[in-house]
Amino acid sequence: MAIVLDKSHRWRVFAAHAFLVALVCLITFPFLMILSISLRPGNFASGSLIPDQISLEHWKLALGISYQDADGRLVQPPFPVLKWLWNSVKVATLSAVLILLLSTTAAYAFARMKFRGKSQALSALMMIQMFPAVLALVAIYAIFDRIGNVFPLFGIDSHASLLLAYAGGIGLHVWTIKGYFDTIPAEIEEAAKVDGASPWQAFRLVLLPMAVPILLVVFLLAFIGAIIEYPVASVLLNEEGKLTLAVGSRLFLYEQRYLWGDFAAAAILSGLPITVVFILAQKWMVSGLTAGGLKG
Amino acid sequence: MNATPGLRRWIGPAAGAALALLALYLVTAVYAAGEFLLAGTILVIVGLAAWVYTSQRLYAYRYLFPGIAAVVIFVVFPILYTVALSFSNYSSRHLLTYERARQYFLDETYQSEGESYQFTLYGDGREYRARLEDEDGQKAFVTPALALSRSEPLRVEAQPEPAGGLGIVNPVELKEVIRLQPQLRALTIALPDGTELRMTGLRRFGPVAHLYREGEGHTLVNQQTGEVLRPNFETGFFERPSAEAVPPGFQVRIGWDHYLRVFTDEAFRQPFLRIFGWTVTFAALTVFFAASLGMLLAVLLSWEALRFRGLYQTLLFLPYAVPGFISILVFKGLFNNNFGEINLILDALFGIKPAWFSDPFLAKVMILIVNTWLGYPYMMVVCMGLIKAIPADLYEASAVAGAGPLTNFFRITMPLVLKPLTPLLIAAFAFNFNNFVLINLLTNGRPDFLDTKIPAGTTDILVSYTYRIAFEDSGQNFGLAAAISTVIFAMVALLSWINLRATRITKEEGR
Repeated sequence: MAIVLDKSHRWRVFAAHAFLVALVCLITFPFLMILSISLRPGNFASGSLIPDQISLEHWKLALGISYQDADGRLVQPPFPVLKWLWNSVKVATLSAVLILLLSTTAAYAFARMKFRGKSQALSALMMIQMFPAVLALVAIYAIFDRIGNVFPLFGIDSHASLLLAYAGGIGLHVWTIKGYFDTIPAEIEEAAKVDGASPWQAFRLVLLPMAVPILLVVFLLAFIGAIIEYPVASVLLNEEGKLTLAVGSRLFLYEQRYLWGDFAAAAILSGLPITVVFILAQKWMVSGLTAGGLKG
Repeated sequence: MNATPGLRRWIGPAAGAALALLALYLVTAVYAAGEFLLAGTILVIVGLAAWVYTSQRLYAYRYLFPGIAAVVIFVVFPILYTVALSFSNYSSRHLLTYERARQYFLDETYQSEGESYQFTLYGDGREYRARLEDEDGQKAFVTPALALSRSEPLRVEAQPEPAGGLGIVNPVELKEVIRLQPQLRALTIALPDGTELRMTGLRRFGPVAHLYREGEGHTLVNQQTGEVLRPNFETGFFERPSAEAVPPGFQVRIGWDHYLRVFTDEAFRQPFLRIFGWTVTFAALTVFFAASLGMLLAVLLSWEALRFRGLYQTLLFLPYAVPGFISILVFKGLFNNNFGEINLILDALFGIKPAWFSDPFLAKVMILIVNTWLGYPYMMVVCMGLIKAIPADLYEASAVAGAGPLTNFFRITMPLVLKPLTPLLIAAFAFNFNNFVLINLLTNGRPDFLDTKIPAGTTDILVSYTYRIAFEDSGQNFGLAAAISTVIFAMVALLSWINLRATRITKEEGR
């Protein structure tokens, strides 16, 4: 483009930079602050952004190690953060596997098979997905409460019931995977079928290996979704040892018991891995989602 | 190896048959436990599964069945169940079904006349045995091993203690007895003469008798006083002749009562309308702020004259990458009135300490700030994608015509971006309309209104209000919460219908 760069142009570039730098400062402030708070002694916020005194007490507590304070008293960890992290990872991994199994097979049928009510079923899946689980919380609670009367394993305060509750959220994933399957030519499987493969063999041995990237994306999406899920978990889990991170971490900040420093360490400890996964997965996820979304 | 293919042919059907048998056993067990609806549901699922996996004609459904079943059971069924609950009086005072409430009364006992026994619990391997001894130490009885870890009520028959004692000498500590109290309370020990003993204190078992027996019709007769309780299927309570209710109540259909309350009862309608108003304002303003900031940043970051665009973009995307429950709680701390960092800075700079959590207006401002922070990165990324799709020659033409950046933005960028953005904006609106996590973790709806019957907060949105009615209010009014949920369902359905139309329109125009 042959545009004459005048004075106002340079001024505008400068203003844009100034604005963006200011905004970046504002955005990063909470993150730096929380890091600083986690390293400061004491559970109060007084102090500068760069702590004058570095103390690892909050980190010790977050990792479940008790320590001796200045008066010689033994300070116990207030909450089992590592246990919560493990609960979260366990529930999220298992539910992501479950969701992947359910949505991959369903997507295969939607992409490759002909049956009655296919297009209606696809749009119904999309519509149903728009109803957030928050609205059905009472029913979800009541259902699992009643199931728990008969099967304690699937009642309130069990991770198995949480897994089941998450398994219903496959609608969007079915769409994503189906969109990807549509981009793979069906001729490849048909060739395999000519050679005598059953539909199941064609699916498992031919189509699935080609779809690994999208399966990874869906697994990650389901995993992150389950880690950060709060409402359903908050209703189904009560016992302190059973909580997931999303439900448990709020216990740090009750008005009467405000463990700001302990929370900061726990938040970094638990939030950082998820954030890193999210950032690493970002590129794939965007491409995977658009691949699925646009061709659906 | 010759036998293998033949064997293989049988493995599938055999496993299927075994699974079906197991499922049928489960159904029977559930039915026997009194959960008819659950048993019916499982039976239908098992039946469908058997049909789908045996019929050759339904081959495609073999792949669909597990997924579709999961969606129907865990998404569709709860929605329908919510609607059904909204017509019932299900709440903490009416928790049980009629059968279970009746059973509760029939299980009630009172301490009848007779001797009570000293009670000691002994550990016997992984199980327990109880020893009962009468007041003067004359008679003693022992029970067989008690499976106290099982959750159902237990009835055992005690035998006179064999001469020479029990042979085990390690009585369980009181602490352990306290831990086992719920199971011990459900324990009935029958003596050889037929007297039934139940726990009357931590160290005592005494003879008890059932307080109620079944009377004529559906009535219950109090054996101690002779009083007759009659179930009232209008109020969901067993009532004394004086029409006084005796808890626990049971669930009954109450028709449209909850909806009438929501829409006509003045004490209820007022907070409902205020909360509805704030919900819409909150969702609309959030979408407006997040989209404006996102679009502004997208325009800036698409400007080729700017350096370090990749770096800015990564840093500005950060709020989206951090899990929501962590950022929201971080802000909850940073905004804290007394020792939050934001107020410390404001105090140092301007000498003010806004009461973010106790002033309704400031609380709303804070919610909007936090939610814009959480929401703009998504809008930014989406807008950048849309701006990339705008042909560059449009800008060249406008540059030739001598247009400035503002004209470019309002005449070219904005109209071209807004159209494909509309469905996403509606989706964002619907999402924030139900943004329970933000409200619950940040303010939990507080500060509360001072003039309402049911606790309601100035920053509550409809879903968090529903949650409070259902799970936090002492009344735990599940039925009422379900009614409000149903009303919101209708709104969400309407929104998604509008969204569908908007998507269709943009698609048609795009062609």
